[in-house]
Amino acid sequence: MDRQVAFRVFRFDPQSDSEPRFDTFTVEAREGMNVLEGLFYILENLDGSLAFRFSCRGAVCGSCAMFINGAYRLACKTMLRDLKEVTISPLGHLPVIKDLVVDMRPFYRKYESILPYLLPASEPPLKEYPQSPKQRHAINEMIDCILCGCCHAACPIVWTNKDYLGPAALTKAYRFVADSRDGAENERLALVSGPDGIWRCHTIFNCHEVCPKYINPTYSIQQLKRMAISRRLHFWRKNK
Amino acid sequence: MFYHSVLVIGGGLAGLRATLEARRFGDVAVLSLVPPFRSHSGAAQGGINAALGNHPEGKDDSWERHAFDTVKGSDYLADQDAVEIMCREAPERVFEMEHWGTPFSRTAEGKIAQRPFGGGGFPRTCYAADETGHVLLHTLYEQAIKARLTVYEERQVLSLVIEDGACRGVIALNIVTGEVEAFAAESVIMATGGYGRLYSRTTNSLINSGLGMALAYWAGAPLKDMEFVQFHPTTLYGTNILITEGARGEGAYLLNNRGERFMKDYAPEAMELAPRDIVARAMETEIEQGRGLYDAYLLLDMRHLGKERILERLPTIRDIAINFAGVDPVSEPIPIQPGQHYSMGGIDCDARGQTPLPGLYAAGECACVSVHGANRLGGNSLLETLAFGQRAGEAAGRYAQDRGKRNPGDTPLAHGVALKAAEEKLDGLIKWEGRENPHGLRQELTELMMDKVGIFRNKEDLSQALAQVGALKVRFQQTSIRYKGKTYNLDLARTLELEGMLDLAEAIVAGALKREESRGSHFRRDFPQRDDARFLHHTLARYTPQGLALGEKDVTITRWPPEARRY
Repeated sequence: MDRQVAFRVFRFDPQSDSEPRFDTFTVEAREGMNVLEGLFYILENLDGSLAFRFSCRGAVCGSCAMFINGAYRLACKTMLRDLKEVTISPLGHLPVIKDLVVDMRPFYRKYESILPYLLPASEPPLKEYPQSPKQRHAINEMIDCILCGCCHAACPIVWTNKDYLGPAALTKAYRFVADSRDGAENERLALVSGPDGIWRCHTIFNCHEVCPKYINPTYSIQQLKRMAISRRLHFWRKNK
Repeated sequence: MFYHSVLVIGGGLAGLRATLEARRFGDVAVLSLVPPFRSHSGAAQGGINAALGNHPEGKDDSWERHAFDTVKGSDYLADQDAVEIMCREAPERVFEMEHWGTPFSRTAEGKIAQRPFGGGGFPRTCYAADETGHVLLHTLYEQAIKARLTVYEERQVLSLVIEDGACRGVIALNIVTGEVEAFAAESVIMATGGYGRLYSRTTNSLINSGLGMALAYWAGAPLKDMEFVQFHPTTLYGTNILITEGARGEGAYLLNNRGERFMKDYAPEAMELAPRDIVARAMETEIEQGRGLYDAYLLLDMRHLGKERILERLPTIRDIAINFAGVDPVSEPIPIQPGQHYSMGGIDCDARGQTPLPGLYAAGECACVSVHGANRLGGNSLLETLAFGQRAGEAAGRYAQDRGKRNPGDTPLAHGVALKAAEEKLDGLIKWEGRENPHGLRQELTELMMDKVGIFRNKEDLSQALAQVGALKVRFQQTSIRYKGKTYNLDLARTLELEGMLDLAEAIVAGALKREESRGSHFRRDFPQRDDARFLHHTLARYTPQGLALGEKDVTITRWPPEARRY
C-alpha cells in the first residue's frame, strides 16, 4: 500500500549555490521500499538535479553510505517501513562534491597507505597455500569490509584529526596481519603504530555500531595494539 | 588528451584481471563508472568453478568433465575449443587468486573448499562463504593498488574512437566534472558487464545498463547470441536481490504452495541442482498453474540445514533475507521468484578476446566468446572473467606493444573529431526541450522486456515487443533532460544509458524472433524443441546505417556432438 514519506535532503550544487540547504520532497512509498529507492523516486519524478552514488542496491558494494536519521547507514539497506520522515545528509567529514556525493579520496588514500595486499612469507606453492579452517576463521569478519566509509565518518577521532588512519584502514591492516599466509607483520605494525595510527583509538565503538556488515573495527585495532606492545616488550627484554 | 597503450573499460573482475596482464606489455589504464571495488562482480555469491578435486566426492573430477558439463549446460551452443581452454586454465586462475590473497573457505585439510552447483557433475565450485565475488574483486583491487594501476573513476564512455578502421581510444564523460575527455590508445578492452537493467526484475546492480555492448555495436563490432538471457531461479521476492545457487548446493529445497519439492516433476535426478534455465522454467510453470504463493513467488527452504551451517556458509543471504524481506531463513522459508541474472550474449570475440574490429577486445559478461552458449552454468561466470580477462589482457597488450607508442603530445585527428561530436551531442541533449521523461521510458522498456521477452516466449509477444521497442526509440528522440548543470548530472548519465539499452533490446528481440526453436534459456512456446538442423549456429547482430542486420556464425564442435539434454 502506498503512503507518503517526507524526505528532507541535503542539497548543495557548487556551480550555483553559495551555501547548502535542505529540500523536502514527498515520496510515494511502496511496501518494502528503502531509502535509496526513495532517492531514485525523487530523481526520476521530482527533481532531476539530485546527486547521489549507487551501484548494487543489495548492501555489498558500499556506494550509498549517508547520514540517515541520525546515523551513518547504507541507503539501500535502510528500509522505510513505518518511517514518516527521513532526513539525509552526506557522509560526514569529507568534502562535498554535490548534494549527497562526497570526495572519498582522503578515505581511500588512508586505505592505500597500509599495504592493503597480501605479502606472502614464502614463494607460492604449486597449488594453494595451506590454511586451516581455524586460521581462515581468524579473518572471517574483516574480509567483509566494503569500504563504504560509515565507520570513518562516525569516528570521533577522525572528526578532530583528519590524518588518523581510521577504523577501515586499520581493520584492513589487521586483516593481513591475522592472515596465516602473510609475512609482513613487522612492516604493517610499523605503519599503523605511528602518531596517526592505532594509539589514537579511544575504543568508542561508534565504528562497530554503524558498520552495515557487522564488523568490529575496534577489535582489530585492539589486537594491533596488543601485538605492537608485546613487540616492544620483547625488544626491551632482549636488550636489558 | 590522455594517452595509454591499452585502455580497459570497466573495473570489475574481467577488467582488473585484463589490466594486470596487459601491464606486462606496456602502459595501461582503467576507465570505470564506479570505483573498481564497487563493480557488479562483487555481488557474485556462490563461487567459481575449477576441477581441483578438493572435495571427497570430487576426486574423479577433471577439466574434461568440467568442459563437458559446460557444453551440455550450454545446450551445445558453446564453442567447444573455447570451453576447453577455460576449463583447462581454471585451476591456474583460482590458485593465482589464492596466492594473491583471496580468502577462500577451507576444507579440513586446509585446501580451497568446494561445493556442488547446478549442472555440475562434481562439487567443483570454489567458494568463500556466500561472498565469493566480493572477496575476488577486493583481492584484484588490492593487486591493482600494489601495481599502482592508473584508474580513471566515474567515467562514462560515450563513444569508441575509430582511426583507419581500428579502435584507438574512447571519448568519455567525467561524471564528477561534467567534462568530456578524449583517451587515445593502441588497443581497447571492453569489460563493462551485462545489461541486466533492461529487465524490470533483475539481480543486477543499478549500473548494469549494458552500455559497453552498445558502444561496441555502434562502432561496428557485432553482437552475438543476444537472445540468450539467463533468469536466475532464486531472487528475493520484492527486490530481486540474488539468493545464491549455493543455497541449493548446500541442500536447500524449492517448495510450491503445497509444500512439495516440485523439481521432482521436471528434473528427477538433478532436482534443485538442475541448470538454471530448467529450474527457472519449472518455477514459472508452477506459478502459472496456480501452485505459487499469491501467484507471484515460491519458497526456498533451508531450515533443515540448521543455524550453524547457515551462519557459516550462507551468512550474507541470511542478512539480505532478514533485512530486505523480513524473513529469517533459519526459521522460515525465503520467498523467491526467477529474475534476469546474466547475459550469455555480448560482443562477438574469440578466445583471445579479439573482436572483428581491429584494436578492440572484450572480456567478461559484455563479451560472447562463447563459453556459455544458450545457458551458463553457475560458477562459470567468475571463472570466465578471470580466464578471458587474462587472455584478452595479454592479446591486447601484445597488439599494442607491436604497434609501438605514438607521440603523447599529439591529439590525433580522429580523436579531435570524435571529441567534438560527443560534446555537440551532449550539448544538444541538454538543450533539447522534449515531452518525454527518460526515466518513464526506461520503466516502460524494462517492463516490456520482462513481460514479452522473458522466460517463455512466442512469436506474437516478440513481434509486439519489436514494434514497441521501435516506438520507444522514436519517443527517445523527444526526451528532455531536466537538469542542465555539469556536476554529477545523473539525469544526463542515465539518459545516455537508455539510448544503448533501446538498441540492445532491439537486438535481443530480433534474435529471439528469428530463432524458431527452444535452446537453453531461449524457450519458444510455439517451437518447444531444439532444432539443430536449422539453428545450431550463433546469431550475429550488426549495426548498419539502415538499422539492425542479423547474420549467423558457425559453432565450433571439437569432441562432444550435440545430444539430448537430460538431468
